Amino acid sequence: MDLKPLVDLGYLVGVILFILGLKRLSTPKTARGGNILAAVGMGIGIIVTLILPLEKGDNNYLFILIGLAVGAGIGLLAAQRVAMTDMPQMVSIFNGLGGACAVVISMMELNGYQTAFEAGSENAAGMGVHATTLLAMFVGAVAFTGSLLAYGKLQGLINDRKVKIPAPTFVNMTLLLLIIAGIVYKLVFPSNPFFWVLIIMGIALIYGVTFVIPIGGADMPVVISLLNAFTGVAAALAGIVYDNNVMLVGGILVGASGTILTVQMCEAMNRSLWNVIVGGFGGASSSGAKGDGDQVAREITANDAAILMRYATQVVMVPGYGMAVAQAQKVAHELEKVLEENGVSVKYAIHPVAGRMPGHMNVLLAEADVSYDKLMDLDDSNSTLKDTDVVIIVGANDVVNPSAKDDPGSPIYGMPILDVLDATNTIVLKRSMKPGYAGIQNPLFFHEKNRMLFGDAKASLEKLVSEVKTLG
Amino acid sequence: MEALVSFFTENLTMIYVLVLAIYLGFELIANVPTVLHTPLMSGANAISGVVIIGAILLIRQAESTDYLALGLGTLGIILGTINVVGGHAVTNRMLEMFKKK
Repeated sequence: MDLKPLVDLGYLVGVILFILGLKRLSTPKTARGGNILAAVGMGIGIIVTLILPLEKGDNNYLFILIGLAVGAGIGLLAAQRVAMTDMPQMVSIFNGLGGACAVVISMMELNGYQTAFEAGSENAAGMGVHATTLLAMFVGAVAFTGSLLAYGKLQGLINDRKVKIPAPTFVNMTLLLLIIAGIVYKLVFPSNPFFWVLIIMGIALIYGVTFVIPIGGADMPVVISLLNAFTGVAAALAGIVYDNNVMLVGGILVGASGTILTVQMCEAMNRSLWNVIVGGFGGASSSGAKGDGDQVAREITANDAAILMRYATQVVMVPGYGMAVAQAQKVAHELEKVLEENGVSVKYAIHPVAGRMPGHMNVLLAEADVSYDKLMDLDDSNSTLKDTDVVIIVGANDVVNPSAKDDPGSPIYGMPILDVLDATNTIVLKRSMKPGYAGIQNPLFFHEKNRMLFGDAKASLEKLVSEVKTLG
Repeated sequence: MEALVSFFTENLTMIYVLVLAIYLGFELIANVPTVLHTPLMSGANAISGVVIIGAILLIRQAESTDYLALGLGTLGIILGTINVVGGHAVTNRMLEMFKKK
């Protein structure tokens, strides 16, 4: 039986499932089904690829099955083990491996072209295919090392402020030019030794690192999203090489969606993508407001804070990365419940870039069973904050920094923030007076409306819960 | 230059698919609520693991004595499968938490 029509049909179904899956992933009600649809599409694509009739080769199914089994085992294990707080790192590392896969296959393809190139054969790969393969290797390599570095930064293995390169823009532009020059040179003189390919790959791998090094602080989500788009593009380029529509369409869909997501994130911070990539945030030394020596932040006891909240009408919690680190989301939900039992309305104000990934806070709070309709986006939050009695800021910092509004010298000037100072009182839960992840001093701490409740976010929230309970 | 022109004309259908897919990707994703940004990114990341199909084709086209292709191809499949399986599993875990109780 001729399997070709079946294969073509299978690929078509796979592509349709990818499209439907992505569409459904973008609406809360259907999101879970969307992910499953996309996974089924992928399964069909893989099965079809296993039976696809080929003109050459020995199939080598044993190796394929071993690869699939090992990869699936590792993937499932990692996905089950990872803590919800470490999700951004996990996505980043998965993404990096996809990029690495693209590098491996394009390298092998390039190696395959080489014999014909060196022999000057007429059947040698055309310049178009050659260029596409080199590009797939380049983009995949950047996604690979870039994602690994992003993982290292988010996991705290690499310190943003210590690991730096001088004149990053110059270095990056130079490397980029070198890569492009290398690719053009190899294209024009394809009979040059394979060594050239390895050099291009090496520089691309280095470029992935130097590309991500200057990006830090609150910009990490943006770069993960961008690298995700890169892997999609690498997959699509490989799809052109293999003349495979599932790879092409799947890859491009990811490339396009990753780009849109990246742009949306940049908009949320009121910055351009270029600005993020050049890295004005965590990297450059900020001329931003430094805390004056004579400014004093006022402390509050858990007892006083509990009284303040217990007799409030509207309380808003602002979660940030600190909440994720302290694993305080469940206690936050508990505090919400005891307050609501006492007739206080409690809501959560979610800044688009709170945490290390867009939607990071939503995922954590959902894990703690916080109801959907209690989570407010930036606009809703800011209109609610005007009628709010007490704002509790749990491990958030830069997203509530008023410098973004009134200090043109601040590196985050222009970023939309949660206007917590519109509320009557604010309470910041914080370990110490250290500035936030982005290293910018926060004048909110010294504001007359604000009180500090020092300590671990989880421990502080637990204290608040028991204090509110004793008030009855 | 001539080579590029012929690449263009020979792959015209594919280039059409490419352009339409880019447009489709933009349209599909626009206006996603922030709640879904992380799961969506994660789901899209799993889909980018489609590159694994390339690794399978690479191994299948190799001769059974070509140990370099077999070794690197298997490595590619492992990497790609981690991306695909792990990606979808992690996305599912995130979305499970959004289920209305």
